[in-house]
Amino acid sequence: MTVPLDFSFAFQQLVYGLTLGCLYGLLAIGYSMVYGVLRLINFAHGDLLMVSAYFAFFGMVIFQIPWPVSFIGSVLFTAILGILIDRGAYRPIRKSPRINALITAIGVSFLLENLGLVLIGGRPKSFPLPALFEGSFVIGAVNVPALSIWTLLVTLVLLVVCAVVVKKTRIGMAMRALSRDMETVMLMGIDKDRVISFTFALGSAMAAAGGIMWCMKYPAVEPFMGVIPGLKAFVAAVLGGIGNITGAALGGLILGLIEVLFVAVEPDWSGYRDAVSFFLMIVILLTRPTGIMGERLPD
Amino acid sequence: MDLLLDIRALSVLFGGVRALDGLNLEIIKGEIIGLIGPNGAGKTTAFNAITGRIKPSSGSVFFRGQDITGLAPFRIARKGIARTFQNIKLYEDLSVIENVMIAAHSSISYSFMEAILGMGRFRRDESRIRSKALELLELMDLKDLALERANSLPYGSQRKLEIARALALDPQLLLLDEPVAGMNPTETREFGNFLLKLRDNLSIGVGVIDHDMSFVMEVCDKIRVIDHGIPIAWGTASQIRNDKKVIGAYLGTDFDRTQNHNATN
Amino acid sequence: MSSQRIFRKDFNSTTKIRNKVLTLLSVIVLLGFLFYADRNLDAYSVRILQNIAIFIILAVSYNLINGIMGQFSLAPNAFLAIGAYTSAIFTLSPEEKLRSFIIEPMIWPLSQISLPFSLSLLIAGIVTAFVALLMAAPVFRVRGDYLAIVTLGFGEVVQVLANNLVSLTNGSLGLKGLYPFTNLWWAWGVCIFTVFCTVRLVNSSYGRAMKAVREDEMAAEAMGINAFRIKTFTFAFSAFFQGVAGGLLAHLITTISPSLFTFMFTFNLLIIIVIGGLGSITGSILAAILITWGGEALRVFEEPSTFFGFHYEGIPGMRMVIFSAILIVVMIFARGGIMGRYEFTWDGLFHWFKRKLLILGI
Repeated sequence: MTVPLDFSFAFQQLVYGLTLGCLYGLLAIGYSMVYGVLRLINFAHGDLLMVSAYFAFFGMVIFQIPWPVSFIGSVLFTAILGILIDRGAYRPIRKSPRINALITAIGVSFLLENLGLVLIGGRPKSFPLPALFEGSFVIGAVNVPALSIWTLLVTLVLLVVCAVVVKKTRIGMAMRALSRDMETVMLMGIDKDRVISFTFALGSAMAAAGGIMWCMKYPAVEPFMGVIPGLKAFVAAVLGGIGNITGAALGGLILGLIEVLFVAVEPDWSGYRDAVSFFLMIVILLTRPTGIMGERLPD
Repeated sequence: MDLLLDIRALSVLFGGVRALDGLNLEIIKGEIIGLIGPNGAGKTTAFNAITGRIKPSSGSVFFRGQDITGLAPFRIARKGIARTFQNIKLYEDLSVIENVMIAAHSSISYSFMEAILGMGRFRRDESRIRSKALELLELMDLKDLALERANSLPYGSQRKLEIARALALDPQLLLLDEPVAGMNPTETREFGNFLLKLRDNLSIGVGVIDHDMSFVMEVCDKIRVIDHGIPIAWGTASQIRNDKKVIGAYLGTDFDRTQNHNATN
Repeated sequence: MSSQRIFRKDFNSTTKIRNKVLTLLSVIVLLGFLFYADRNLDAYSVRILQNIAIFIILAVSYNLINGIMGQFSLAPNAFLAIGAYTSAIFTLSPEEKLRSFIIEPMIWPLSQISLPFSLSLLIAGIVTAFVALLMAAPVFRVRGDYLAIVTLGFGEVVQVLANNLVSLTNGSLGLKGLYPFTNLWWAWGVCIFTVFCTVRLVNSSYGRAMKAVREDEMAAEAMGINAFRIKTFTFAFSAFFQGVAGGLLAHLITTISPSLFTFMFTFNLLIIIVIGGLGSITGSILAAILITWGGEALRVFEEPSTFFGFHYEGIPGMRMVIFSAILIVVMIFARGGIMGRYEFTWDGLFHWFKRKLLILGI
């Protein structure tokens, strides 16, 4: 049985789009959580993707640690870095005007990028692909890379973990309460800083997972690699409804699909690919500013 | 009779909860109307819905015969409804006089260009706004503090400044959200007298929310009581004082004790 | 009465005239200095002076949004690019356009147009302001918060467009052979004009409305201020000057390409307005001078470059590491920067001077 060419082409693009979308989604979840809890656009979030990639890269290539240990270590270290960033840079200015926090965030982002440049250098490093993720399945005329399946799997598992943590655990409920109304939480006697630290840890870990998966797909590790994915992840978070975890993942998937299909439909437009998310953001703001699954945030 | 504000069956839904349910209220020019009720009764919600801060889910608000339901807050303000906030909202880092002058912004007639060139209507408007602001500060006994930063003022003065700022809008209706909170009995009494004078001199309508019952009973011509968003009573101070539903709403406790408690708060 | 004394000091007409005369005098002194510099200083120093003027224009107009109105924009590099390209497209001669557009010829009406520099600057400003208006309207209608991310994304989009709209921008090859119109007089003339306009605007009711929006948007709206309108218009106003600065910059360095207008520009400006004091115009001017100069000094950590570009020699990124560390430290420990929200005023100077004399017992 032969699959019609158009159908297989479409299916192929769907596979690529979903894979890219999962990566955006993983990054968007953390972005969304931190924004929900602190109302802060954590510009450094995209750079955590870069940091996690370097951690994993150094683990595997320099220290010759087996890849599963390197990956887990990278996720842990990135989570710790997330907490440290919050404690070092954001906590001291919790009470300052919002713009000061935003400026600090952009400072942290730039510091990470340029520290990377100074310490490691700007030349892209090639990220090794563990054998497990190599190869692909061929279904009809459609080529499904093993990595795509792994990416989808990892995203789904982490999404479920996150959703359970946020919905079922005490600290998760505190997170949700915090993103609704700061003052009520204070009254309830919850240690706000602990909840925020936890949010940063969880979000950074998700970014790290996304970063590692990203590097296996696009194996060039360099200091500014997190900037564009970070921007797009934020758009995905807004698309899904900022503060909503499932929404963020969904937003990531949609954005990934739109980007891939945009180029698939008209290959001449490939140069404009990075502009798609920007215009999508404008369209969301004009039509449905609360996103797909978002509720109106209190001011 | 000069009807200023006419609220008809105003309701506000908050994520399934009825924060305000079918409020009817009329405020006539030269009248002070009280809006009271236990904590969480929906008083501030009512003010927010009137001033456009939140969109009512049903019902309507008429101001001088015009339907203003759901208009943007700044449009409602420009029509002549000024308000103060329960948790004082001053422009903290600006000077006292700037705080007042800002409220006169909608009255300026000069353009961006004239502002840059500093000519034409710019000078006239600026000196008008400035002297008006000084006048209002004098009225509120704040003139000596004109160049101080707003958040360096003591609490009571901040409340007064908020009222001065609201008056700079030249309102026909003034909505005060807990104006005497944090004031001692003497200050409260003085403020009550001031409010009565204001009503008579400017002949404006005033809506007041407060927990200080003796203050509300003292100054208000009519009082509307709400509980859990639902209006339960309407009348003069003496009528309200003897209303069984009202007494019941205040936790079934002795109403007078609530009064005293709130007065000392 | 004490209040009357305070007001006499502030609103007295002779003091006002005195202040005006002093301001005028200092402008004349500045012009005299420029005249001297134009004749006697070496090309490198003159270049730094021109850079300073352009950075003052950028910093003052940027500070209007971030400092005075309290909205976090990251757009300057994009606006600079739009202004630079627009003015360059209008000043290049048809022959030069024919010569350099080798991938695709330039689209028709533009390929034949060549306008005077002054007009091209004006168009650059207007085009940039218009683009700013288009972008700001959807953002300010909803959440001002998103401005940062939208403007950051916009910076990327402008680079994408500059690379891909080949028949308009000549793609990655960029525009070459611009006539170096920008001299000390153009740079400082526009600079003085920008500062003048901004100061006037900030001292008007519009300026107060901007500050009210910064302090408490809800309270501003409750007092009849149309926050959406004031934000959008101020954003466009600021973009106008940034576009003009882009035109000046293009005709200073005479070659522009998409890779020139990176986020680095915006970051430098952010450093300037933060160090000068968010919300202080004089602080921004002071810091623009300081950082443009100091930035030159810090260049020893890296290889010298043509103009604030990316470079992978020396210790690349070191300057930016230092700058971002400074930014974070200032935000945490000294968020007012040099001037806080205060402005340099003649009254302040005299007051300070009198106090000094008093202390010295003279």
